Amino acid sequence: MADILQYTFIQNALLAALLVSIITGIIGSLISVNKMTFLAGGIAHSSYGGIGLAIYLGLPIFLGASIFAIFSAVLIALISFKQRERVDIFIGLIWAVGMAIGIIFVDLTSGYNVDLMSYLFGSILAVNRDDLIFMFTLMVIVLLFIHLFYREILAVSYDSEYANLRGVKAKGFFVAILVLSALAVVVAIKVVGLILVIALMTIPTYIAELSSNSLYGMMIKASVLSTIFTISGLAISYEFDITSGASIILVSATFLILFLLFKKISTITSRF
Amino acid sequence: MKLLEGKELYYKYRKDYVLEDVNFKLNSGDFFAITGPNGGGKSTLVKNILGILSPTKGSIDISFEVKNGIDIGYVPQNTNINLEFPITVLDVVMMGNGAKHKSINRVFSFKYSSLEIECAKHSLQKVGMDCFLNSKISNLSGGQRQRVMIARAICSHPKLLILDEPTSSIDVQGQKEIYSLLKKLNETITIVVVTHDLTVISKYANRVLYINRSGYMHDLSNKNFALKDNEHICEVELMQMLGANNG
Ligand SMILES: Nc1ncnc2c1ncn2[C@@H]1O[C@H](COP(=O)(O)OP(=O)(O)OP(=O)(O)O)[C@@H](O)[C@H]1O
Ligand SMILES: [Mg+2]
Repeated sequence: MADILQYTFIQNALLAALLVSIITGIIGSLISVNKMTFLAGGIAHSSYGGIGLAIYLGLPIFLGASIFAIFSAVLIALISFKQRERVDIFIGLIWAVGMAIGIIFVDLTSGYNVDLMSYLFGSILAVNRDDLIFMFTLMVIVLLFIHLFYREILAVSYDSEYANLRGVKAKGFFVAILVLSALAVVVAIKVVGLILVIALMTIPTYIAELSSNSLYGMMIKASVLSTIFTISGLAISYEFDITSGASIILVSATFLILFLLFKKISTITSRF
Repeated sequence: MKLLEGKELYYKYRKDYVLEDVNFKLNSGDFFAITGPNGGGKSTLVKNILGILSPTKGSIDISFEVKNGIDIGYVPQNTNINLEFPITVLDVVMMGNGAKHKSINRVFSFKYSSLEIECAKHSLQKVGMDCFLNSKISNLSGGQRQRVMIARAICSHPKLLILDEPTSSIDVQGQKEIYSLLKKLNETITIVVVTHDLTVISKYANRVLYINRSGYMHDLSNKNFALKDNEHICEVELMQMLGANNG
């Protein structure tokens, strides 16, 4: 096993797993406590429109995906300020329209269909230097954001109306959280693909949430768990030559089930 | 000294007015009760006073003494707060201080200074919750959570405290405790409380606003509402008493 570590693509993959896990652990926690999972799903799928467009125009794929994702995030934020109760309908709309745009542009691009799978299910073994720089920059931004504005973020996430009264610009922070979620979704697509992004964002954070007393603790736990899941999923996929994204998610889900069983058993036995 | 005055206040969310010609005037030191039927516009009025909503017509004058947002403490009616949120009692109480607190160490803002913790403990003590400082909010009962919300509202030592049905989920003994706490706080700060409990109104308030879309304030200070401990009066009776006194 140790000798495979000498390959650059394995080193890159491990580094990407670490960077993306820290990002999704933190941002996934914010998405979870703000009950924005469906929203993140909408952003993830709409970014497929950007992937299709980038393929058609011959632009860098992640540039296209990022622009589309940020655009959807801001659009959803603006709609939710106006129509808080029915924002789910618009999320569904953006979700579907983004996918449709992506599919049509891929259709229009002659002879392109091979690599598409890698966007749907991830391609962590194909991570290159540019991707790593993108991931690293995003991680630094996310860490700065959290550490500089932790109290504001906590206040807005817990009770935004009250935070607003206390002088926190709740709308601004809401938009910032959504834009960072959009970028986190884009880097997570590289690791597990579009279809499984939400699982990577939610499984580690759910386990972390159940066992944390604070948002900060939840973010740390979620990042650590996510790192463990992605790296062990990666090892299994290498060993058995299976799709890495799917194996990462199955490792996570198995762990979640074991965690819930253990929790159940320990509450039952504590009764005696 | 005049603290707050609402003159011919109108408010609508959509096309119909929810508040229509509401008038009231408070001096500092008042214990002001707002009552009225469900949907009468009590919470809407409170949000207008707080500045969360702004009146469609009319005006609310706030004395400059409490213009600064931090000088108004607020206990919302049941909000749509995520009950599973991983957060401790301490975290919630600290929110009352506002994020702009001068002494925050930015980079380690997830840590509280010992001074801040003392301050939070102090307000929790007042509502009898100081032993829950580090408990997770989701492990508390509804009434305990409500007490924490009151602690959050008073921890910045506001000059005006506005509570929207603060005792709706609190047991009878707890209600008594909360209202005697409010009475005590009232020695130094002005209290505005939304309540359906007319016993409370008669016992503690010196002004009451009955609001059913429109509403006028009644002065109770020179009226005799002395009720016996277990006596309850209903809204109609209150209105009769007020009407009788207003001539
Ligand atoms: N966000 C909103 N958008 C539209 N209409 C609203 C909104 N909030 C309240 N209303 C309407 O305004 C009216 C007054 O509501 P409000 O919450 O102020 O009543 P309330 O007196 O506080 O009632 P309760 O005793 O049930 O708390 C109601 O008819 C309600 O339907
Ligand atoms: Mg109300």
